[in-house]
Amino acid sequence: MSLINFTTREITCKIVYYGPGRSGKTTNLQYIYERVPTDRRGKMVSLATRTDRTLFFDFLPLELGTISGFTTRFQLYTVPGQVYYNATRKLVLQGADGVVFVADSQARQLDENIESMQNLQENLLEQGVDVRTLPMVLQYNKQGLPPDLVLTVSELDDALNFRSLHSFPADALTGTGVFETLRGVSELVLRRLSEEPPE
Amino acid sequence: MTAELNPRFTIDSLVIGANNRLAVTAGRAVAENPGTAHNPLFIYSGTGLGKTHLLVAIGHLTKEFTPDARVEYLTLDDFIEAYHRAVSLGRIADFRKGYADADVVLIDDVQFLARRPEEQAELLRFASELKESNTQLVLTSDRPPTEIADLDDRLIERLAGGLVVDIAEPQFETRLAILKRRAEDRGVELGRDVLAVVAEYDTKNVRELLGVLNRVIAFQAVSENELSADAARALLEGGEPRTKGEDATRAVSAAEIDEFGAFLHGVEATLTEQVEAWKSHLRDAIRLWSAKGYRTSTLEGMLAGEEPVNTDQAVRAYEAQVERLQTAEREIKGFDAVLAENPVFRDPDRVAEAEALVERTKEGFTAPPGPSEAFSLDEFLVGNATKMALGAARSIVEAPGEQYNPLVIVGPSGVGKTHLLHAIGRALEPATNGRWIVCVSAQSFMDELVNAIEEDQVPVWRARYRQAGALLLDNIDLLAVGDRVQDELFYLFNALTEAGRQVVFSASVAPRAISGLDDRLRSRLEGGLVANLDAPDLELRKAILRRQLEGRLGEVEAPLVEYLAQQPAESVRAVLGLGQRVITAAESQGRRATVDLARQALEASSSRAARPPRARTAGVVISPAGGIESTEKMVWRWPDPIEYVIEELG
Repeated sequence: MSLINFTTREITCKIVYYGPGRSGKTTNLQYIYERVPTDRRGKMVSLATRTDRTLFFDFLPLELGTISGFTTRFQLYTVPGQVYYNATRKLVLQGADGVVFVADSQARQLDENIESMQNLQENLLEQGVDVRTLPMVLQYNKQGLPPDLVLTVSELDDALNFRSLHSFPADALTGTGVFETLRGVSELVLRRLSEEPPE
Repeated sequence: MTAELNPRFTIDSLVIGANNRLAVTAGRAVAENPGTAHNPLFIYSGTGLGKTHLLVAIGHLTKEFTPDARVEYLTLDDFIEAYHRAVSLGRIADFRKGYADADVVLIDDVQFLARRPEEQAELLRFASELKESNTQLVLTSDRPPTEIADLDDRLIERLAGGLVVDIAEPQFETRLAILKRRAEDRGVELGRDVLAVVAEYDTKNVRELLGVLNRVIAFQAVSENELSADAARALLEGGEPRTKGEDATRAVSAAEIDEFGAFLHGVEATLTEQVEAWKSHLRDAIRLWSAKGYRTSTLEGMLAGEEPVNTDQAVRAYEAQVERLQTAEREIKGFDAVLAENPVFRDPDRVAEAEALVERTKEGFTAPPGPSEAFSLDEFLVGNATKMALGAARSIVEAPGEQYNPLVIVGPSGVGKTHLLHAIGRALEPATNGRWIVCVSAQSFMDELVNAIEEDQVPVWRARYRQAGALLLDNIDLLAVGDRVQDELFYLFNALTEAGRQVVFSASVAPRAISGLDDRLRSRLEGGLVANLDAPDLELRKAILRRQLEGRLGEVEAPLVEYLAQQPAESVRAVLGLGQRVITAAESQGRRATVDLARQALEASSSRAARPPRARTAGVVISPAGGIESTEKMVWRWPDPIEYVIEELG
């Protein structure tokens, strides 16, 4: 799916929230959902288990209206974090225009973060996507927890952010950093419009 | 094209207040008696105050009063589009008549007529026609006719000729009434005090007012308790609203609601920037290609257009066209650089024309006459009279364009200049890399030019000659009569010699002695090598005769050759003529060729009455068909038997 369609004058950005289980991807989407005027948002589709874990994926379509002559849409997806749902993750990742990697800032979750990041890179590689060219930002979620439980932004950067991507400290439950993250990834995606226009 | 009337915009759904009462009353009158009350009715107001609503409501009301009335609603854009379509189909009369048959024509947003003189003129004719057919015209605009920029005076007069009414901003009470009705329509119960807060809120028009109401309704929808006036005020003013007994942690602040607005704003800014980036990409391309001399109207058109385009694709498409032009230009330059100066080679919109021009040029491009195969350099007999010219000929064949350029062979008629020229031409062929060797008489050269001038094909004619690998021009004395042909030859000569191509001329006298020859041409001819091809001396005459006679009669006696060579003959052609007569006599009488036979044959012919000398120019002419015609060689058939008999009788 192309980001921009000149014939129908549409821009459709598919943004995927990726990260380990329980890192707060769905919480990000829920927060956004609550802040979007009803006429701008579609129905948020969430397939969750009884314990509120994402079983399949979340999907939140956003209608941004006509901007510079283009009907602009954002489609926000999350992937199920648990390792055994990799097939779903690959499926959701297909055709992504941008990725938000939501890391769990808790010190004890570091390995899961690293594992999930590696999994993301493997899945992208499998789809022939160069991870160096795909617009991507990192979000260090749960920074609102007591300091002794979480790693600092610079510690997380050292562990996960070896490509010096934009990283955003966040607390998705209260909304801190949620829109900043979305804005960050949108910016990267939209900047590609003039860098490499599609066919 | 007529749009459907929006069913929501009825007169009943319009809240009538002091601000719009006059406009609504006028609308009612018009709907009741179309074409008679106020025609045209011109309604103006600021944006969002209900112009379109009232306009459409007039349409509905007309149908209520007169169910079979024909109502046409169109925006100015629709009007312009329909007009342009009618123009392109050549059916303007039908276009106007189509609307004149309607009962009411409603045109929305006529302020967009500003600075569109052609459409203004059409609207004026259109309005006049409707007026004549008593069709009611109702127009809306965001300003009165007199304030629409550059509106034609006659049109102002026409539009303002009926009734001009405005819709003002609604006062507090009207706003409250509007809010109340809208809340009821949405099935939402809001307290009067809450609505009052909204009505007091600083909005510019009804549309914005309803937007504020939407915010309050949305907030009420997510809140479990009824919204208070204070909460509404806090919500609208960006404070922290608190509904009665609400759970503060679950409340959504106005600031938070605005998070999405900020995000949207950011996306909008980025996207606009990207669109600007495309525009600057377009501008760069325009600068680049116009600096190279190409027309860029296509790209300029895109830049002027409001709608963003895929500039990368557009520029690529443009550049592909330019590439085709460049190919065509290169091709035509192969024929002539002058042809490539045609502006079509600089206009990507005219690629097809440029390519067609190349095709046409190719078709009209046949090689000029080349050297005859009848002559070869080896046949030339070397003697004192010919050795200079022959030596020069051999040098230029060895190194064309390098040693003697031009070579001018000068000699009297019949000494073999044409023969030598063609022989040189043939010998040059291997050295010209497949380029044409042009070997042509000056007469043909001039005739071709005259034809080309007549057919307006001079550039093609020129190009053909400029393609030549070598040019050999016979009898250039003949060119002294024409200025134009000398001009052309001058430029052709320069082009060829600059390109290192060999040029050879023949003339009956040295260039300096040719009267009427342009000085600049003369100096160029003299600047090469002027080699004489003289009348054959005794030894050469002997050699020529021996070869001729032995070629036809087998071995001949030396005294015969000696005798014939002693005869007066100033040219090779005359010598050959002597030999030919002896051959003819020997063959016709079946006798051996001897000195006696020769004497008899020659005396017989010399006893003929002397003919007046014929004016002659070139002795040998290469016919366009490629054969050789020679007026002197025709004499070989003489004496004509009949003529011969008459002489005998005489």
